[in-house]
Amino acid sequence: MKSKFHPDENGYFGQYGGAFIPELLHPNVKELADNYIQIIESDEFQKEYKSLLKDYVGRPTPLYLAKRLSEKYGATIYLKREDLNHTGAHKVNNTVGQILIAKKLGKTKIIAETGAGQHGVATATVCALMGLECTVFMGEKDIVRQSPNVARMKMLGAKVVPAISGSKTLKDATNEAIRYWIQNPETFYLIGSVVGPHPHPDMVARLQAIISEEMKWQLKEKTGKENPDTIIACVGGGSNAAGTFYHYLDDEDVELISVEAAGLGVNSGESAATSQLGEVGIIHGSKTILMQDEYGQISEPYSISAGLDYPGVGPLHAFLCETKRAKFMSATDKEALDAAFELTKIEGIIPALETAHALAVLPKIKFKKDQVVVVNLSGRGDKDLEIYIKHLEV
Amino acid sequence: MKTLEKVLTKNKQLLSIYFTCGYPKLNDTAKVITALEKSGVDFIEVGLPYSDPLADGPTIQDSSQKALENGINLDIVFEQLLAIKDTNKTPLVLMGYLNQLLKYGEDKFCKKVVECGIDTLIIPDLPMVEYENHYQELFDNYGITNVFLITPHTSEERIKKIDAYTKAFIYVVASASITGAKGEISNNQIAYFERIKEMNLQSKLIVGFGISDRQTFTTACEYANGAIIGSAFIKNIGEKGVAQIDAFIKPIIS
Repeated sequence: MKSKFHPDENGYFGQYGGAFIPELLHPNVKELADNYIQIIESDEFQKEYKSLLKDYVGRPTPLYLAKRLSEKYGATIYLKREDLNHTGAHKVNNTVGQILIAKKLGKTKIIAETGAGQHGVATATVCALMGLECTVFMGEKDIVRQSPNVARMKMLGAKVVPAISGSKTLKDATNEAIRYWIQNPETFYLIGSVVGPHPHPDMVARLQAIISEEMKWQLKEKTGKENPDTIIACVGGGSNAAGTFYHYLDDEDVELISVEAAGLGVNSGESAATSQLGEVGIIHGSKTILMQDEYGQISEPYSISAGLDYPGVGPLHAFLCETKRAKFMSATDKEALDAAFELTKIEGIIPALETAHALAVLPKIKFKKDQVVVVNLSGRGDKDLEIYIKHLEV
Repeated sequence: MKTLEKVLTKNKQLLSIYFTCGYPKLNDTAKVITALEKSGVDFIEVGLPYSDPLADGPTIQDSSQKALENGINLDIVFEQLLAIKDTNKTPLVLMGYLNQLLKYGEDKFCKKVVECGIDTLIIPDLPMVEYENHYQELFDNYGITNVFLITPHTSEERIKKIDAYTKAFIYVVASASITGAKGEISNNQIAYFERIKEMNLQSKLIVGFGISDRQTFTTACEYANGAIIGSAFIKNIGEKGVAQIDAFIKPIIS
């Protein structure tokens, strides 16, 4: 049976999705839409993808029972350790898959957008691995606040192009990537999240689905049951959440919690909590929930985390929100910082700032005793050390 | 569309100018349109400034940003256009992005457009499938017509379909590009223009993107009914002001 959480032939999840693209991109997007499922499902792809995930990325990532965290919050909390992936986050699951698809389609030039730089690094990494030319667009503001990742991309041989329009963050980096793509339609746009025109959101979700595929057997081994009670993941565009939820979408007894960045507070005017501040709109080629003014001008979002300050959310997540399949929560900058310091102190794991938002809702939830909770630990915090050091004294 | 239709059947090289509403100053709209009319421009594309104009290059992006900072919004645009409705005789075409129409309210938007005496829209991020599934019916209800864009990569089959849908003109995007002046027209572009011309489409053809001066304009017109100048014009009024519009247009069409 086809899941209602899979897109229809035009790329719609309910009313969300589609491919709102200038005519110039039509042949490229159509080529991908016509081929991606067949490629992903082929034995040849699966063999190469799984082999790279195992030996190059280091999968499966552990499902770690965080005992002290569990004790503190009165639940059984597992951390899905995506932070232990090569390059430090879940992003590489997607880039390994897409680079194989790009090769299959005969593409030799790769472009990507990046916010925190994790996707940029993961893209530059697989391009180095495959010997392909790589250009990464990154907001000028993000280049400053995520400088270690800029250095890594350059070392990996990628060209980093600053996006200087708009808010100079992820949204604008994506605009610039799309503009470059329009002018160079022979390039492959290796998009980093479950956003963009169909088939990008579905393709990325399928490639990140390895996270929940592993969770199923890991939970079975550890708890005797494949299903947890609750899954928590942070959402910017929503790729780590999509992958963590993917194999549980139809199991409605598994509670899904998506955590957005509230910045300085949901109603402070400095926020990225799209589900609360957004309305139906079109961004980067798909119809979704979008932060915008009364005339449809896209708002400039804010979060301390460069990976979450996106004014939209992937169309799948807009659908999960509308149908209430996922519960949307938010965490402020301060709550995220506190959560990051807490995890570091009691579990010895420094999480990425994005990931810290997911952890930050633990104190807000009343857990039942023995409730099995999986938090997707989407990335590690090395890239955020500068911000953490600044807050160390405060 | 009656006046635009009439203009499009003129046996001459048609010049259309794109300008960003609310640029360089918030209330320049009427001045720009009047000056363009006096200079002999055949029809005018009125750009609705958008925060995230994906199909536009830096010049139009900057002008949109400036116009938004000036305080332009759709209500003001419609007020400005309504105010000149009776005096302006040059056909206007609106160019904006789909989210503007969606958020304003599709019906409300269409009603306002018609009230302003406009019936032709260019929406670069409206794909054909969405047009077929929804917008065709909406626009038909208001007597509005949609302009499709074709590019060097659009298949012949798709061009034929677009030709069948077209009531005003087909916007022939001159190269694989976003908007912006590029200088010369290459041999590859000429081959593409020739290919389109030889298809003997029923629709009028207007070339845009990368047309900037007399030379590129006349070259494009050899293969089409006319051409649109956008970024080069925006750059000119940005630098020299609205008073110098005639000095920019005259050398192109004389």
